[in-house]
Amino acid sequence: MKLLLPETVRDALAHMAGRDGVTTPIAGGTDLLVHWPVRLGERDRTYVDLWQLQELKPLRWTADALILGGLTTYWDVIRDRRAGDEFPLLVAAARQVGAIQIQARGTWAGNIVNASPAADGVPALMAYGAVVVLESQRGTEEVPLDGFYTGYKDMRRRPDQLIVAVRIPRRRYSYQTFAKVGSRRAQSIAKVGLAVTQSDDGWRVVAASMAPTIRRCPAIERLLQQGAVLRDSDDLLPAIARDVSPIDDVRSTAEYRRRVMARVLYDELRETCGWR
Amino acid sequence: MQRREGLAKLTGRERYVDDLPLENFLWGMTVRSPAPRGRITAVRFGNDVDWSEFVIVDHRDIPGPNEILLIERDQPVLAASHVRHVHEAVLLVAHPSREMARRAAQAVEIVVVPEPAALDFRVAPRPEQIQYAADNVLKQLKIEKGDVERALAHAPVVVEGAYETGAQEHVYLETQGMIAWLEEDVLVVKGSMQCPYYVLNALQHALGRDERRVRVIQAPTGGGFGGKEEYPSTIALHAALLALKARRPVKLVYDRSEDMAATTKRHPALVRHRTGLTEDGRLLAQDIEVILDGGAYVTLSPVVLSRGIIHAAGPYACDHVRIAGRAMFSNAVPFGAFRGFGAPQTLFACERHMDVIARTLRMDPVELRRKNLIRDGQRTATGQVIQDGTDRVAVLERALALSTFEEKRRAHTAFNAAQRSKRRGIGLATFYHGAGFTGGGEVHLNSRLRVAGLPDGRIEVLSANIEMGQGTLTVFTQIAAERLGVTPDDVVIGEPDTARVPNSGPTVASRTTMVVGHLIERAVDDLRTRVGLDDRARGSVVKDAIAHWYAAHPGGRLVGEAVYEPPPGISWDEQRYQGDAYGAFAWAAYVAEVEVDLRTCATRVIDFVAVQEVGKVINPTLARGQVQGGVVQGVGWALMEECKFKDGAMVNNQLTNYLIPTSDDVPPIRVAFVENPYPHGAQGAKGLGELPIDGPAPAILNAVAAATGTEPRAIPLTPERLMDLTR
Ligand SMILES: Cc1cc2nc3c(=O)[nH]c(=O)nc-3n(C[C@H](O)[C@H](O)[C@H](O)COP(=O)(O)OP(=O)(O)OC[C@H]3O[C@@H](n4cnc5c(N)ncnc54)[C@H](O)[C@@H]3O)c2cc1C
Repeated sequence: MKLLLPETVRDALAHMAGRDGVTTPIAGGTDLLVHWPVRLGERDRTYVDLWQLQELKPLRWTADALILGGLTTYWDVIRDRRAGDEFPLLVAAARQVGAIQIQARGTWAGNIVNASPAADGVPALMAYGAVVVLESQRGTEEVPLDGFYTGYKDMRRRPDQLIVAVRIPRRRYSYQTFAKVGSRRAQSIAKVGLAVTQSDDGWRVVAASMAPTIRRCPAIERLLQQGAVLRDSDDLLPAIARDVSPIDDVRSTAEYRRRVMARVLYDELRETCGWR
Repeated sequence: MQRREGLAKLTGRERYVDDLPLENFLWGMTVRSPAPRGRITAVRFGNDVDWSEFVIVDHRDIPGPNEILLIERDQPVLAASHVRHVHEAVLLVAHPSREMARRAAQAVEIVVVPEPAALDFRVAPRPEQIQYAADNVLKQLKIEKGDVERALAHAPVVVEGAYETGAQEHVYLETQGMIAWLEEDVLVVKGSMQCPYYVLNALQHALGRDERRVRVIQAPTGGGFGGKEEYPSTIALHAALLALKARRPVKLVYDRSEDMAATTKRHPALVRHRTGLTEDGRLLAQDIEVILDGGAYVTLSPVVLSRGIIHAAGPYACDHVRIAGRAMFSNAVPFGAFRGFGAPQTLFACERHMDVIARTLRMDPVELRRKNLIRDGQRTATGQVIQDGTDRVAVLERALALSTFEEKRRAHTAFNAAQRSKRRGIGLATFYHGAGFTGGGEVHLNSRLRVAGLPDGRIEVLSANIEMGQGTLTVFTQIAAERLGVTPDDVVIGEPDTARVPNSGPTVASRTTMVVGHLIERAVDDLRTRVGLDDRARGSVVKDAIAHWYAAHPGGRLVGEAVYEPPPGISWDEQRYQGDAYGAFAWAAYVAEVEVDLRTCATRVIDFVAVQEVGKVINPTLARGQVQGGVVQGVGWALMEECKFKDGAMVNNQLTNYLIPTSDDVPPIRVAFVENPYPHGAQGAKGLGELPIDGPAPAILNAVAAATGTEPRAIPLTPERLMDLTR
């Protein structure tokens, strides 16, 4: 394996530009290194270690946004008191990622690019309307996170681009909730994940582990927008069927996922929406 | 007293097999079958590897019979012409670089022409799936007491039920590992194991070496739970074959995914009950059928089945009992020893069934148990008269009191009425576990133990029983020190090295403290006699006598010895499966309180009480630890630990997808002991190690049944399964 250790983002982008063939950025390594012992082919790659890039570390507040750096970790957000006040779903999600060791090392950008359909950081970011800031030697590009994924592990990021920031617009939220259903109470991968917000911008309902990518649920959002009156959780099933396509896999079943999504969503929204 | 190896473990200084210094050695890797059954037609070596750098071993390199010596000799060390399960070892490679060895193992292709595999032990095999005897039955056993058919025909009430339990992975923290090297002409194998003499015998057999040319040493072992009872013989043989061919030391250590995929698990089981009762809940007849999935080789399935059926009727008195058991062949990775050894499966069925009976009779499950718990003077299913003076109803009452069972039941009624999506319930299991080998097993083992005097007056215990986290070193020290009236520092526990220690039997079956500990006491007594003292001599008197003995016998060696003797009056009929199945039983009552989230169908155990009578408790801290650990393992088996199989092999073979409880999934576990010393165990102790895995699963499921009004009959009761029941 080859590991490049750039000291500046500029140098990193130069490596990414492909002089040395395709390079893989490595941040916390908490996704990339899990299969290290067995996926021997991955050892032949060239890696760009981002960990020393101080420029990507800080989290910043501006008048209208919270800006996470390309290396901001879950722990950075957990420690930031304003984040807890203004974006509680980020903190709720961060606290449910692995345990402290992973929270201190894993990054939001890594979570986005790893593109697991079961990720915890992505749904919270997507529910807040986050925008991914990509940079390469060719310039900067911004892609809203809810339009970032194009298919399973497919995304609008070229191999030479780094995520240098994730911008989260500051809005007034009248409702927000995050729910992760795993197979045990900690250290588990979501079987169903939900992040829901309501702001001046309308409803955002984001589902994890329900489709090949984490995605918004337009049919459910429409129901909520219209103020539909539901009588029980089954009333959500048709909209869920339109929005997502869960599967049977080693962790759960499609049927379970659909029902739990309906029940949890219904239960969480019941009071706010005036349902029974 | 402080745990003997505690500080070394706490500070990370303990050296497990993978940490041992080794020079100029090769890493071994195993090439395994891709198919559940078939004929090997070719072994292809990939082109992009320089094979001349590798040591390669296949079945032709085995000097003796290609058999792993155990109950039967059906399992090959390396598959020759046929494979019978996915991951069956076919070839071994070794190289100085671990990564190169790994890449090479992946570059070998085993070509198998598939044949029809038997993959569901619950259904009768089709003719083309038969691979063992005439019917794929690995072992069949039956216990009969009274006349079950007649009693059932006359019983006012008959309740039936079928119960299933899944495989369970041991998840010892340290994976399987072994190193092998040659010292002159002596083959030395050192590694993680529970039974050094099992490994020694297997090596002697397949390598055609007598005991002077093989030596087995147990390295500090990071957990076993039965997973290191029989499997280490296989990996030891593999390491040894490579080392013999390479003439260099070889290290073979599995990573977690290989370990989970290729090694044994708890036997899956299906148990059917047909029970006859009076209207007021007295047991009249128990008709029980037990079917175990044995996997592709016999391994220990006959004895797992034996313990399973002996425990299947529960700790109850019933005049008419029939228990028919069979272990089935299947093309699955062989199942093996796991804490409890068949009893957890059958006790799950029995105790879950008791609650089903109670509900059918509209009776309190507590009352049903009070009424039927075996009293002194009554006989078990095998006709063993229980006469140990333990008040089993009192054990139950203690658990009820500690858990405030009645109060909680009332509180739950109110809670459940008030809550939208949460339900609480409390459940109970009463059970027992026979300690030591079954029937004539201990006599057959003929365990031998020595205690040597040292010239400075200290003593050294020489036994083949090992520490794997459960506390053997500490408890053996306590037993020897207490018997002689010396301090723990005056006692040395010898390294389990077959060149030095006699065969005191395997470290399994909850026998170590009770049976082997008692041998220590007797060997200590023998030692004391040899220095001319009687049993009243203690402390410095003995130490001085030992030192004097050495002064008087230059070059001599002072050794006390004991050989197993069965407790008087024990008799067992292996043919009829009648008689005294165990020298002693431990008795218990466990209570679980759960909260079920009706939205996700997730069950959380919120409180747990474990009361047991295990004879004398020698070390309360270690004993409590055993119980708590067993309960945690039981919580996992009951609710989340699920081996997902494809073609008889585990596909979720990582800790990401095979989930064991985290500390947040574990309730407070309150442990209490009732003491009733057993005269034939060390200091009055009975076996304890396995008992705690028997009770949690049924207690938890009974609590879920109470909370939700469903009748769950299979574990693990994952949220997905419970959702199917609550819909
Ligand atoms: C024990 C354990 C528990 C876990 N639990 C959870 C959990 O509960 N929930 C959850 O969502 N995840 C979990 N994870 C997964 C992982 O921790 C997260 O996805 C984490 O956010 C990944 O971040 P990282 O910095 O470690 O990524 P890395 O492993 O460094 O990289 C992941 C991917 O992102 C790319 N990448 C990283 N940074 C950048 C960048 N700036 N620009 C472009 N590409 C980039 C890498 O090339 C790689 O493809 C767990 C992992 C482990 C080992």
